[in-house]
Amino acid sequence: MHEQHSPLIRLAKRDAMPRGQVWAIRGASFVAAILISALIFLLMGHSPLEGYGTMLSGALGKPTAVRQTVRIAIPLLGTALAIAPCFKMRFWNIGAEGQITAGAVGASYFALFWADRLPVPVLLVVMALAGAIFGGLWALVPAFFKARWGTNETLFTLMMNYIMIGVVKWLQGGPWEGRPGSQIIPQFDSAAVLPKVLGVHCGWIIVLVMTVAVFIYMKYTKQGYEIAVIGESENTARYAGMSVGKIIMRTMFLSGAMAGLVGFIVASGADNTLHSGVAAGVGFTAITVAWLAQLNPFAMIAISMLLGVLEKGADTLQTRLEVPASISDIITGIFLFCMLGCEFFINYRLIFRGGHKEVAGK
Amino acid sequence: METVHAIELRHITKRFGTKVVANDNIDLTIDRGEILSLLGENGSGKTTLMNMLSGIYLPDEGEILAEGKPVSIRSPGDAFAHGIGMIHQHYKLVEVFTAAENIALGLKGKEHERKAVAAQIRTISDKYGFGIDPDKKIYDMSVSEKQTVEIVKVLYRGADILILDEPTAVLTPQETERLFDILRAMRADGKAIVIITHKLHEVMAISDKVAVLRKGKYIGTVNTADTNPQKLTEMMVGHAVSLNIERPQAKYRDLRLEVKGLSCRSGEGIQTLRDVSFQTFGGEILGIAGIAGSGQKELLEAIAGLQKAESGHIFYYPPHPNSDIAGYHVPVDKAGEELVGKTPGQIRKVGVSLAFVPEDRLGMGLVGGMGMVDNMMLKTYKDNPGPFVDRKPPKALAERLIDELEIVTPGVNAPVRRLSGGNVQKVLVGREIASTPTVLMTAYPVRGLDINSSYTIYRLLNEQKMKGVAVLLVGEDLDVLLELCDRILVLCGGQVSGVVDGPSATKEEVGLLMTHVGGGKEGEAHA
Repeated sequence: MHEQHSPLIRLAKRDAMPRGQVWAIRGASFVAAILISALIFLLMGHSPLEGYGTMLSGALGKPTAVRQTVRIAIPLLGTALAIAPCFKMRFWNIGAEGQITAGAVGASYFALFWADRLPVPVLLVVMALAGAIFGGLWALVPAFFKARWGTNETLFTLMMNYIMIGVVKWLQGGPWEGRPGSQIIPQFDSAAVLPKVLGVHCGWIIVLVMTVAVFIYMKYTKQGYEIAVIGESENTARYAGMSVGKIIMRTMFLSGAMAGLVGFIVASGADNTLHSGVAAGVGFTAITVAWLAQLNPFAMIAISMLLGVLEKGADTLQTRLEVPASISDIITGIFLFCMLGCEFFINYRLIFRGGHKEVAGK
Repeated sequence: METVHAIELRHITKRFGTKVVANDNIDLTIDRGEILSLLGENGSGKTTLMNMLSGIYLPDEGEILAEGKPVSIRSPGDAFAHGIGMIHQHYKLVEVFTAAENIALGLKGKEHERKAVAAQIRTISDKYGFGIDPDKKIYDMSVSEKQTVEIVKVLYRGADILILDEPTAVLTPQETERLFDILRAMRADGKAIVIITHKLHEVMAISDKVAVLRKGKYIGTVNTADTNPQKLTEMMVGHAVSLNIERPQAKYRDLRLEVKGLSCRSGEGIQTLRDVSFQTFGGEILGIAGIAGSGQKELLEAIAGLQKAESGHIFYYPPHPNSDIAGYHVPVDKAGEELVGKTPGQIRKVGVSLAFVPEDRLGMGLVGGMGMVDNMMLKTYKDNPGPFVDRKPPKALAERLIDELEIVTPGVNAPVRRLSGGNVQKVLVGREIASTPTVLMTAYPVRGLDINSSYTIYRLLNEQKMKGVAVLLVGEDLDVLLELCDRILVLCGGQVSGVVDGPSATKEEVGLLMTHVGGGKEGEAHA
């Protein structure tokens, strides 16, 4: 009787889904992304097969292409690892962009002014440490305010990004400027450049070691346990005798330090200099990586590689098929949208009017 | 068959997800001039069923008839159109508005202007004896006044079918009586009233008929006059249950905690405890009664070191090494250990355990998203040396508790959030008891539990008492406190209002102490 009155579509929360089904949905969303993007290719007058072929060969076709893809994935992975502990703690650190930049500043100081005074291995270690400490301290500021006065960390960390980027702009045009009027900081001395291993700067080894370390830290250490408890409930943590403020500050320092290390890797290994765009949006894209991987460090390797492939592939698309840059952005967007959107269908199901008599309770 | 019911539910089914059937093929009739109790244990589907009448959920199957005609209730607005108003357990009022403003909130039109509203509220108020001031701000109101505003709100909107969800949960015995008088007046006026409850004595006191639900199924409706609490319990639980709570006598009883002149302030500077003094003994269950928010939580937290004491002392006296053979003895010869100023960790090491169950069970004592193993080590994870956690002892403990307390769980690592309320409570209390406390503090340990699980918890508390542990129990059900506790400390507005003996005290006596310091008679009654 009330059938015709009930709304057309309703939402219902799902029970926990079997693993296989979850992956089936994720696979289906990936296929959906491929199909939707195919439409875009068709609209642009290219065959989808040609489009995808170009993307794949551009990202993975040749060893040099693979190396470039890996270079894109390295900072993504490192930064996703950096923010994972914060997110586990439900501390919304969206300031990785600024922490990367801060780390790059710390590393660059030694690259620019100490390159001739320190032996190469020592210089690189000092740069890495400086990057980590700068990033960590930059992250400590919002954590301190949060722990002390309960300020909103989301806004705070976000605003800190722009301050740090501003600082680099000032350095570029002021104290660290190379040729007067150039607004550019000079290239690092070769001693301050990360050596290459297998054709890619050795930052990839650093982030892979970080992956294992973060996994162990989160899963098996007391500090990792504390982070997980705080993420679930601060009250419970307090009840258990944890000093929440201290743990928040410690975790944020650690997170900022890892992001700062990424800043060092990018400045020293990839850019060989410091500029205000050193983080290049990685601090934000890494949030997507961390969520898609559900904070699992090993899954982050796969996700950051996937994003690397998408980005490099989209670049190739631009040059070879001469599609506008915005088209490759659209395609990347479609993939991310589908992959993030499918989590909704993993948690909820839709019930259509009249079509909900399937499982009568027996 | 031809009588037209105010509301008739036919074959109503509501599912959440594919596995949870909250209501399974339920038939129910509601009539005017009658008070119907909807009785069932927590999770039996009472609130879900009524939420379908008030437009919050849509039934998956079945139909609702109002005055004999099929209707579809898709929103609270639809419900009001059919004269159905629900008073929820959690009040939905704007604190900074007056009663009148809250009542007229969201209504448009000239007739809802302030003066007209106030006048009509006074009319309603006089008719049923509410005694409500339309210009009083909500934040100045007591819990029972807020509830009154909620009731007037639905009456103002023209409801003549009123549904009250656990209306007495937060009221003192005296306030409950007043509410019942109002309900009787409304019944006399021809309104249909449904009260959702799981308290048997209230069912017997107020209702004309009782409809019983069990695990989402409709068991039946009986006339209150033809039944008794024992029969109703059997309908609710499905089998015979003994309703007696034991109060065994411990062999010995020694001073364990002495609280002297304890005062606390909340983070906002509001005084939460004022000059609280009392003693508690090993081998005793000390009940703590009071209206919600009278300082119960703060008192337990202060003892556990989670709240800073503004002034005062908490002295701890360890059990006498020979206490197993001793009779009564109070070790006045030695000085107590001051707990004020110690960290929660230090206090825990002394042996004071806080099995505190806050308003939502998983909010503080347990981590909902973690399994039993990780929950077992919540307070002990730092005990082993080195930077890594050792999950072997907590795993062994989890397995032991599953075995001993018959905890139903898919596995030691299944998130405790997925367990039923009773099992969650067993996990929490089991962990606290496993730490061999000398003081066990617990609040609302049976909130939301079915009758069997409740009795398991009472048994566990009694076992601890018999072992010489000092048990502090904050409770809300006075009937249970009076049956279980040796003494009851009553708090009122952060002050000790009095201490009564469990076996001899009456509910009225405790009720008076809850609302007036000293209960208005007998003066101060510090133990």
